Amino acid sequence: MRIGVVTFPGSLDDRDALRAIRLADAEPVALWHGSHDLDGVDALVLPGGFSYGDYLRAGAIAAHAPIMSEVVDAAGKGMPVLGICNGFQMLTEAHLLPGGLIRNDVGTFVRRDQALRVEQTDTAWTNGFTHGQEIVIPLKNGEGGFIASDEELDRIEGEGRVVFRYLGVNPNGSLRDIAGVSNERGNVVGLMPHPEHATELGFGPDTRDAMRSGTDGLTFFTSAIRALQAV
Amino acid sequence: MPTIVVDVMPKAELLDPQGKAVAGALTRLGNTDITGVRVGKRFELTTSGPVDDATLEQVRGIAVDLLSNSVIEDVVGVSVIDGPTVSTEAAPAETVAP
Repeated sequence: MRIGVVTFPGSLDDRDALRAIRLADAEPVALWHGSHDLDGVDALVLPGGFSYGDYLRAGAIAAHAPIMSEVVDAAGKGMPVLGICNGFQMLTEAHLLPGGLIRNDVGTFVRRDQALRVEQTDTAWTNGFTHGQEIVIPLKNGEGGFIASDEELDRIEGEGRVVFRYLGVNPNGSLRDIAGVSNERGNVVGLMPHPEHATELGFGPDTRDAMRSGTDGLTFFTSAIRALQAV
Repeated sequence: MPTIVVDVMPKAELLDPQGKAVAGALTRLGNTDITGVRVGKRFELTTSGPVDDATLEQVRGIAVDLLSNSVIEDVVGVSVIDGPTVSTEAAPAETVAP
């Protein structure tokens, strides 16, 4: 199983995503934004960071990168695609996911270990969770406010495409506490928090058991492997 | 050389965290008569040749496809001025709806 991670100018978390894929027992494949080659990968991750310095709008310029035509194509054919933070912003800008992300309502960058509720387990990236499961993974963003029109929000809620909701604290003013959404088919998922930073003992969020022992993010990647094996 | 100006604003019904932050600063500075601020974007595009209807049509397309995101923003104006804005004296020569 080969899972690619696309590096854009200004990507920050591409190496963490590659590492998370390896920890999930898949083969990580580094991909480059300026290429048109997906290198035969089975799934894709668009990582976090500040591509093009967030100029114009977060993710807007990266959404027009050369490799994005192949990403859009592959997503349309059902390939699992995960957008994390800046990658989520790119997927909304590329119209693969609904809604948009604006500056945090609190007016500051926010970094915290964030509790989420898994609302939809019938996706390529969440099938290893149980419905309603509470997980904790890091969140760090300045433009994480998820917004869409009321009609659009009603539609995606009705279609079961709200995949994650913030629990306890809504850190950025996201409407209806939405932290992550999927496309209709469930192969494309985007979220603001960072599963790739919660995949290894000693480096994740604190848990009741021990400091930095949270590995809830690993299930995202093992879910994708499971989805691919089921095909 | 003419310059095409594209103005983009956050959708009226949506929160504008930037505008709120600026409004808060103005209040703290004593401008109690200022009741709200909204922050948008102004793009100035220069062309290699004269601006005609086809150019404006092209720019309206660019404005919708790249310069703005219709989920969160509206293109509120596409207009032509004589040259790049260098002072507040430059005024729109022609204004057309987006």
